[in-house]
Amino acid sequence: MNAIYILWIRQLKKYIRSTPRIIGSLGQPLLFLLVFGFGFGTIFQKAGGGNYIQFLVPGIVAMAVIFTAIFGGIELIWDRQFGFLKETMVAPVSRFSIMLGRTFGGATVAVIQGIAVLIISFLVGFKMQNLFMIFPALIFMFLTAFFFTALGTAIASKLTDMQAFPIIMNFLVMPLFFLSGSIFPLNTAPKALQILGKLDPLSYGIDGLRYAFIGVSTYNPWMDLLVLVGFSLVVLFIGKYLFEKMEA
Amino acid sequence: MKPIIEVNNLTKRFGNLAAVDNISFSVEEGEIFAFLGPNGAGKTTTIKMLTTLLNPTEGEMKVNGFNLRSERDDVRRSFGIVFQDPSLDNDLTAYENMDFHAVLYGEDKATRVKRIEKLLKLVDLWDRKDDLVKTFSGGMQRRLEIARSLIHTPKIIFLDEPTVGLDPQTRNHIWSYVADLSHKEGVTVFLTTHYMEEAEKMADRVVIIDHGKIIGVGSPAELKTKTNTTSLEEAFLKLTGNEMRPDEASSLDTLRSHAKMWGRKR
Repeated sequence: MNAIYILWIRQLKKYIRSTPRIIGSLGQPLLFLLVFGFGFGTIFQKAGGGNYIQFLVPGIVAMAVIFTAIFGGIELIWDRQFGFLKETMVAPVSRFSIMLGRTFGGATVAVIQGIAVLIISFLVGFKMQNLFMIFPALIFMFLTAFFFTALGTAIASKLTDMQAFPIIMNFLVMPLFFLSGSIFPLNTAPKALQILGKLDPLSYGIDGLRYAFIGVSTYNPWMDLLVLVGFSLVVLFIGKYLFEKMEA
Repeated sequence: MKPIIEVNNLTKRFGNLAAVDNISFSVEEGEIFAFLGPNGAGKTTTIKMLTTLLNPTEGEMKVNGFNLRSERDDVRRSFGIVFQDPSLDNDLTAYENMDFHAVLYGEDKATRVKRIEKLLKLVDLWDRKDDLVKTFSGGMQRRLEIARSLIHTPKIIFLDEPTVGLDPQTRNHIWSYVADLSHKEGVTVFLTTHYMEEAEKMADRVVIIDHGKIIGVGSPAELKTKTNTTSLEEAFLKLTGNEMRPDEASSLDTLRSHAKMWGRKR
């Protein structure tokens, strides 16, 4: 328990101390929010989709969350590279608690980034239907963050250098992001996209977030929750297995 | 004196290569034990197996009476280690690095505060305790790592080339801490080094390993007598030959070059 706590605190401290990282990782979501939001806004409205910013913000918040989360997981590679991983691996704590501590830490940081993007969204005119729905929103953000941090950690346990990072971003994270209904509604998309969207764990995170933010969702929010928890447990246990087999 | 580390018929193979080839030795409680050999001889692989970072292919090991395969957490609590490469978190302060370690090893708050202060003073870093480690010189980082490895009062400390790349002053300091540890606290010291004169001065007993096999055991004096030489360095060269060993870029070096490419400063 103490081990999980100290690993969690460590991630937070490192995050707070690295201003360039905080600013840098806000850049991409903001670009998407402003360019897509205002660029497609009128077309979306004309097509009868309503206010595009309202539709887009849950997707962009999720974007900030997953990018930060996957990076938080991949950071394991830095720790291996700079030797710090060995320090945790020779300690008398289970590998699983090391993994859990890291995952909670990375997920917390990702949620904070998501909140930052949400606050900025308010400035460009986004309105939540009901402010109290921030609590379920935080739950969906956390579960999405947890899933992606655990995924990043599991992948990183098999990698020795950062070269694979662009591959992960371009062939895993970006497709998951675009197929999740984050920037266009899935229910009016071609059948093939709809099916792919159904297989994408992020779809459920974004659907849940959209429900919490603007009261609109494709699935039952409880189902979103359940699916996210299920996916998270699956990667967590795959990660646990890989972590326990890892040699330093 | 009873052995605190026992290694029996230990082998580690990577593919076809036997990095460590059926070695047996023991380390007595309280002694300063030097594990020497040229590059690629199998020193670090052996240390990694003794510290639970690598699983052996064959053989049995006991550390502080605990079996390396079945009592890993007890083994882990028994030793402290200073790795060959730095293993500090550069974005944390000296104190935070110490505290992180202490919490991982399950020390309570009062013990942590007391031990950390004592150890940081021992290595002359108490006045820098709130500075980020990335502002430390190589020698300071080494001292901090030595202090950190002692927080949980281990019975054995592994020092894998603790003085490499440091100036003579710092090296002297480090060896004097190590001598104190051994003589005043009774900690068993297991060290590797490429500086033979340091090993000769410090070690009660030496094992020389080459190509994964042990080729010499004894006190520095015994080894000199056996090889009919006047210094441990000559004895070492006589046993291992004069041929140069490939000093290949380790995977870590490769990683570092990628790190540079990614703009992460070290």
